[in-house]
Amino acid sequence: MSTQFSFHGGVHPPENKRQSTGLAIQTAPLAEQLIVPLSQHIGAPSDVVVSVGQRVLKGQVIAEAAGRISVNVHAPSSGEIVAVENRSVPHNSGMQAPCIVIKTDGEDEWVEHAGLDDYKAIPKQELIDFIRHHGISGMGGAGFPTDVKLHLGDDHIVNTLVLNAMECEPYITADDMLLREHAENVINGVEIIAHLLQPSHVMIGIEDNKPQAIRALELAARDTHLNLDIVVVPTVYPSGGEKQLIKLLTGIEVPSGRIPADVGIVCQNIGTAAAIYDAVYHGVPLISRVVTLTGDALAHPHNLRALIGTPLETLLNAAGVNQNALYRLVMGGPMMGFTVDSQSIPMIKTTNCIIAATYDEMPPAPAANPCIRCGMCEQVCPAELLPQQLHWFAKGKEFDKAKHHNLFDCIECGACSYVCPSNIPLVQYYRFAKSEIRAEEAEQRKSDHARIRFEARQARLEQDKADKEARRKQRAEDAAKAQAVKKDIVETKADIAVSVDAELDIKTLKTAAAVSRTKLKKAQKALQNAEDKGLEGQDKLRTTVAELESKAQAAQDAFDKAQNITPKAPVLDIKQLKTNAAVARTKLKQAEKALAKSEESGEGDLEALRIKLNEQKVKTEAVQTAYDQAESNTGATPQTIEQAKLDEMKVDVDASLSKVKKARAALESAIASDSPAAEKMKAGVDKLQAKYEALKAEYDQVLMSSPEGKAVRQLDVEGLKSDMDALKAKVDKAQVALDSAIASESPAVDKMKIGIDKLQAKYLSAKTVYESALTESTASSATTVSLEDLKSDMDAMAAKVSKAQAALTAAQESGSPAAEKMQAGVEKLQVKLDALKAGYIQAGGQIASPTELDPKALKQHVSIMRTKLKKAQTALSHVEDAEGNEAEFTELKVEVARLSVLHDEAKVGLDAYEKTLIDKAAAEGIDLKKLKIDAAMARAAVTKAERVATKAREEKTENLLDVEQHLLVAQQEAEKLNQTLSRFTE
Amino acid sequence: MALIRTSSPHLHKASSTADVMRLVVLATLPGLAAMTFFFGWGTLINVVWACLLAVGFEACIVKLRKRPLGFYLKDYSAIVTALLLGLALPPFVPWWVTLVGVFVAIVIAKHLYGGLGQNPFNPAMVAYALLLVSFPLQMTSWAAPFVMIDGGESWNVLSFSHTLGLIFGGVDPILADSFTSATPLDAMRHRSGLTTEEVWSTIPVLAEGIGAWHAVSAAYFMGGIFLIYRKVFTIHTPLAILATLAVVSSLFYAVDPYEYADPFFHLTTGATMLGAFFIATDPVTSATSNKGKIVFGIGIGLLIFVIRGWGGYPDAVAFAILLMNLSAPFIDQYTQPRSYGHAKANRGMKGGA
Repeated sequence: MSTQFSFHGGVHPPENKRQSTGLAIQTAPLAEQLIVPLSQHIGAPSDVVVSVGQRVLKGQVIAEAAGRISVNVHAPSSGEIVAVENRSVPHNSGMQAPCIVIKTDGEDEWVEHAGLDDYKAIPKQELIDFIRHHGISGMGGAGFPTDVKLHLGDDHIVNTLVLNAMECEPYITADDMLLREHAENVINGVEIIAHLLQPSHVMIGIEDNKPQAIRALELAARDTHLNLDIVVVPTVYPSGGEKQLIKLLTGIEVPSGRIPADVGIVCQNIGTAAAIYDAVYHGVPLISRVVTLTGDALAHPHNLRALIGTPLETLLNAAGVNQNALYRLVMGGPMMGFTVDSQSIPMIKTTNCIIAATYDEMPPAPAANPCIRCGMCEQVCPAELLPQQLHWFAKGKEFDKAKHHNLFDCIECGACSYVCPSNIPLVQYYRFAKSEIRAEEAEQRKSDHARIRFEARQARLEQDKADKEARRKQRAEDAAKAQAVKKDIVETKADIAVSVDAELDIKTLKTAAAVSRTKLKKAQKALQNAEDKGLEGQDKLRTTVAELESKAQAAQDAFDKAQNITPKAPVLDIKQLKTNAAVARTKLKQAEKALAKSEESGEGDLEALRIKLNEQKVKTEAVQTAYDQAESNTGATPQTIEQAKLDEMKVDVDASLSKVKKARAALESAIASDSPAAEKMKAGVDKLQAKYEALKAEYDQVLMSSPEGKAVRQLDVEGLKSDMDALKAKVDKAQVALDSAIASESPAVDKMKIGIDKLQAKYLSAKTVYESALTESTASSATTVSLEDLKSDMDAMAAKVSKAQAALTAAQESGSPAAEKMQAGVEKLQVKLDALKAGYIQAGGQIASPTELDPKALKQHVSIMRTKLKKAQTALSHVEDAEGNEAEFTELKVEVARLSVLHDEAKVGLDAYEKTLIDKAAAEGIDLKKLKIDAAMARAAVTKAERVATKAREEKTENLLDVEQHLLVAQQEAEKLNQTLSRFTE
Repeated sequence: MALIRTSSPHLHKASSTADVMRLVVLATLPGLAAMTFFFGWGTLINVVWACLLAVGFEACIVKLRKRPLGFYLKDYSAIVTALLLGLALPPFVPWWVTLVGVFVAIVIAKHLYGGLGQNPFNPAMVAYALLLVSFPLQMTSWAAPFVMIDGGESWNVLSFSHTLGLIFGGVDPILADSFTSATPLDAMRHRSGLTTEEVWSTIPVLAEGIGAWHAVSAAYFMGGIFLIYRKVFTIHTPLAILATLAVVSSLFYAVDPYEYADPFFHLTTGATMLGAFFIATDPVTSATSNKGKIVFGIGIGLLIFVIRGWGGYPDAVAFAILLMNLSAPFIDQYTQPRSYGHAKANRGMKGGA
């Protein structure tokens, strides 16, 4: 039977099949190393189940199927696993992939294996699993796991089983030879497949250029029970393409994007059928296949049965390769195969042909001419596309049009490239376009995903915001209510409360005002829009706007009122003011810029801009003034500001220094390279240097005048000293070097001498600087230091004296003969002590006599302690209130405890002293205690009077005179009492 | 030797653009021979002159565009353009007309649009139309077939040297007068009230000389069939043109045989065969799919008849082809083939423009 159908297009390149059919299938030599890739099929790479160093037997599973679409991988021969690593694998890209490397032992020792006695007796699923476990995947092209296709009977009605024996590509004869020699195996395999799929019709398609294979097939199929037809078709490439074959045999087209099973057809390669036979009948897994070795670079082109994983080198050598003539090594056919650039690549389950071509056989493609749309490609396209149009679209990256022209129906058979008179590599263009589109689509999916996530997040955030707003409003209301209640109850406390609560209140009010303003604006905009477009519902919008307007007005009024009644904060926030000033300045500048711009371009409302600018100016000035005032008023700020200034200056100085250094380095490199810009750069460096020096001088000046100056100077002195020391060390070193140079009569002596002189000069100048700095610093700080030193010396001496005295006494008591000597020693020590004391006093120290207590100092001490304690307590309570961090809290607690102890101590000291005073006063008949209280009360009265006076002055009340008089009286009284008291206390 | 790595396919049919062009040149030779035989040396001189000019202009413009000179000259496309223009020009047309024509064809109609493969209009036809519009006098004086001169006793064509002189201005144009006549299409168009039958019998070019045109058309037809056989182009375009022209003229002839010429007349006179097989089949400017080519051909056939019947010019092949060149991209959008596995063909153009 032959076909009445045909597919569109096709080409008929020179067949070149005769070269390799002269010999029967030979067995390939066993390679020393077999490299078995884990992924020889479409789907997931198999999982390795062996380890390096393990001995495996022929046919043993070395990697197991991972997932649905995957198959087992077996050891092609016995030997030792030497590596599981990435190796170059047969692939278009020449990529590397995980492989199991087996070092063969030459024994070819089989693992225990057996076929099935009667495959029809076991459940189909078991049979399919059996096939899957024997590593069978499609041997024609893509390497699709065969068991998956055998399952197709489950969910598809399979009418027709098509066996592909086409071998339409030139050069390849593997299937041809397999059929010639083992046609009965193929038919047996087909019977197994048919048993699983139960098709009503089996068709074996074969091209008419294989008469011997056809005869062998017909012979083998004579006794089969199947409804089997061997369909001989004309030799046209690419009749072996699955879709083309189906069209050719059945006249049915597989719909685009579908599989043959969707139209009731399953297609299998005859090589696969033979492999199934081997597995089911003999238990032999797919570890070898027939491969055609052909091409002009081979002396004996023929077919080999070779083990999977055999390196190409072994196969090529077996066919007598002429390495010098070998120009292009193709795996697969010349139309769709791919080139490999290494002979160490292994053959795999899908390797049907290896073409070792010479230069003349497959020369490089000539330069491409422009496309003249001759349409020859269109005439040969088996997918009925418009290759010339696709070419333009791919070239112009018009991928939408390419897709519209069914780019993805292209099977990349290469027929168009083959016939193109302009030698355009069309298939490459299509591959490019396909990969670009795929990448684009992946990108699109990704961005879609991201967009969805983003939108979800936005919605969530909006919700959160709304919730927060609602909560905040609730809180504000509660606070307002509480506020009102409080106001009613405690009128007197209102002053204080208002200042705090009002502040909070103002903030909420401000926000409320802003919110209502925004709402109003939005509504206005909407209204505007509606008016412009004449949309419906304008009236409603207008009412809304009016409502919002009144609301906004109310909110603004409330805010203004609150702001007005709020007493000015006692301490102005300078930082805030500063920021305000800066913002105002920026705004002013912006306004100026806008004005200038519009003046230039003559566009926009100049008048409005000018008014705005003026407004902004006034505002800026006001803010600036406020800031300046606040700054000058604040007592504490100058110092901190000075500090900040100092820091800033230091940063400036440092930056300028680094600039100078950089510039200098650049200059040096420029000089080194004889750059013409060196002169200019030098000038630049000088300028930078000058700038740096000026900055430094300024900084030093400020530093000297600042309170920290001293400490820094101290540091400075130390730095100078270390500098000086370093220089000294250098000088010494240089001197040593010079000496040795002189000793060895080196010619560099003169130079070194000059260097040393230079260093010496440097050292001396550093020394001078250091000394002057030292005297300066000692002038300011050394006194206190030496005073302390003196004191400690003195104390030590006193301790010595007392010790010696004690020793002397003891010696005298015991009548020791050394007493006299000791006496002399003690006296000597006493003299020394006196001298030290004198020195100390001279230096400004005071020696507190142990008997005479200084009441003022004591009191001061106590009050200082009290203040400190109070401060600490306040801080503590603050921290407690604020629920600040734990560490701070405990620290403060400890501090408070310590301070309270100190305070108590000081208090005890004072009390003891006061007691003596009271005793003294009691002797004079005056109750010191009472006196003291009177004095304190008088002082308090004075303070009160002062306060009243101040208030009066501020308010300019009329009774100011009275008040002042009252104050004077109080002051006099207090003075009197104080004098009396001081008589007793001092 | 280091192994090269390239993309499939690794085989290539031994053909090139130059081969295609050479085949076209070869296929025009019978026509050229027939023209020379019947109308004298003029056509041959024109063709050679046009080819020389074309190669010169092509070389200049390729150089100017900084492209490899040898690579582009070797594709023979300029020769084909010049050849077709030379065949279309009247045999005694002055040399400068040819020069202007070739300049327009090569420089303006081809290279200003981007060179080979990029021109929307057939360069030869652009040049021909421009010349026809610009120099109607020179372009409409056709040579008389030798059969009409001195009773057709012998091969009485103007001598080679005289023709050369006539074309290049060395000989008084008066000399040519006895060797020129109207074309059959001219005669049919300007019949001044005669019926078709009367025209056939009274006008000498139809009565005596029509055989020359038949012979020339037959020669072109043969060349065309050869090219189809060699798969240089498909049969779609010429078949569509000829069939349409035949059908439409048959209809009109059947309705009013006194007013309209018979279909055979339409198919075998003027540039019908040259246009159908050698000009309309220019792949660059025609529709691209087989279906598109049929639509394209039908359009040309219709336009030829319409312009011949009611237009301002006696022959219409150039204008018909140019008009259909204009619509080819549009035709392409709606004549995509149905790809394998698709229920129906895609239409229109997705992705803008």
